[in-house]
Amino acid sequence: MKPTKRDYSLLGRDAEAAVANGLAAAEWYHTEIARKDMKALMQRSDAPAIRDTAIWLGTMLVTGAAGIWLWGSWWAVPFFLVYGVLYGSASDSRWHECGHGTAFKTMWMNDAVYQIACFMIMRNPVTWRWSHTRHHTDTVIVGRDPEIAVMRPPDLARLVLNFFGLLDAWHAVIDMLRNAAGVMSAAEKTFIPASEQPKAIRIARIWLAIYGATIALCFALGSILPAMLIGLPRLYGAWHHVLTGLLQHGGLADNVIDHRLNSRTVYMNPVSRFIYWNMNYHVEHHMFPMVPYHALPRLHAMIKHDLPAPNPSMWHGYREMLPAFLRQLRNEDYFLKRDLPATARPYKEEFHSEPAVAAAE
Amino acid sequence: MSDTWIEVCAADEIDEEDVIRFDHAGRTFAIYRSPEDTYHATDGLCTHEKIHLADGLVMDHIIECPKHNGRFDYKTGEAKGAPVCVDLRTYPVKVEGGTVFIGL
Repeated sequence: MKPTKRDYSLLGRDAEAAVANGLAAAEWYHTEIARKDMKALMQRSDAPAIRDTAIWLGTMLVTGAAGIWLWGSWWAVPFFLVYGVLYGSASDSRWHECGHGTAFKTMWMNDAVYQIACFMIMRNPVTWRWSHTRHHTDTVIVGRDPEIAVMRPPDLARLVLNFFGLLDAWHAVIDMLRNAAGVMSAAEKTFIPASEQPKAIRIARIWLAIYGATIALCFALGSILPAMLIGLPRLYGAWHHVLTGLLQHGGLADNVIDHRLNSRTVYMNPVSRFIYWNMNYHVEHHMFPMVPYHALPRLHAMIKHDLPAPNPSMWHGYREMLPAFLRQLRNEDYFLKRDLPATARPYKEEFHSEPAVAAAE
Repeated sequence: MSDTWIEVCAADEIDEEDVIRFDHAGRTFAIYRSPEDTYHATDGLCTHEKIHLADGLVMDHIIECPKHNGRFDYKTGEAKGAPVCVDLRTYPVKVEGGTVFIGL
């Protein structure tokens, strides 16, 4: 295989380099916000997330029941399409927000929805809590961030397959089986404290039992219907979370410590924002992760003078991102440089040094 | 008992259910005012990744780190769960004549 400039291994060359050159656990840029305003934005509330969770799980219940009722007829298809997106995509944002502990004010509610959503999206709740912690510490720092969705040069086949959850789910099953056998990988050990690792193993064993029971029920009934409700929606309903998730950082700078350079805010339709729980305000989320999803539009309005212009639509975002991916196939140093409005504080000089600018143009 | 009481600020400089940063002798502390109008002090940096807790959110007796949302009981210093695993050090606080003091 042709060697690439970037080593994404958490134990590799670039991991050591990031620590050596100060990119690991660095101090990131923040837009100035008065303490009074930030306190107001950070305030927690149960009501929005209870409403949204009732709609989410209630709609799953209704569409799942309709799918069972109509099983065997084409009329079941639209119900499973909706059920699948709520299972295989809405779980992505629920996992994420509840993992931050910001969705609900009441912590047990965050924890309960976190466990449910992690199961649906097939992400071990212990492993992914810690990997996401690292993602926020070292966002898109090569060798440090375990959640870089599109590495350079981009693997376009992998991206396409993941719209159907194929590679992610495959790796999730392998990880679950390995963890259930009591084995933590070397990479997992770099970001999960030893005291937390037994919890990851216990969860993997519980999940294995649930999937085993689901498969056994399929055989007993002579039907894949149980798997259409548990497990398979992670594949046929994954497309929306990949569609929105790729936009978070795709095609933007890596190895910088300013979220305005490596994250993307995109205006989206209300349905996608419900499924995605407002994570389309992604620069804002990374800059201030303690602001709940329901307050992100207010945060955006408050600081947009200091941020690159948001993409006005998903379509617009893809129109800039996909050509960038194609150019990165030829030149992996290429990235989309985000221009700042005149009202913004400028990027620090080291983020736009001559080689970086040359790669962006 | 504390050896030395160091003046921090006027008591009313800290809002109810809030926190401020206090730097002294090369160290940084977080000074809290609880909803019951009691005052408390801890080390100023999160035990997880050295982030200033004074930029975080106070909810009842909990301080939440602004970076990774790790939570501590600021009265006891107890870490309340991942991603924080190590307790915060706490310090005695007293209020005299409308001024907050930390015992070091």
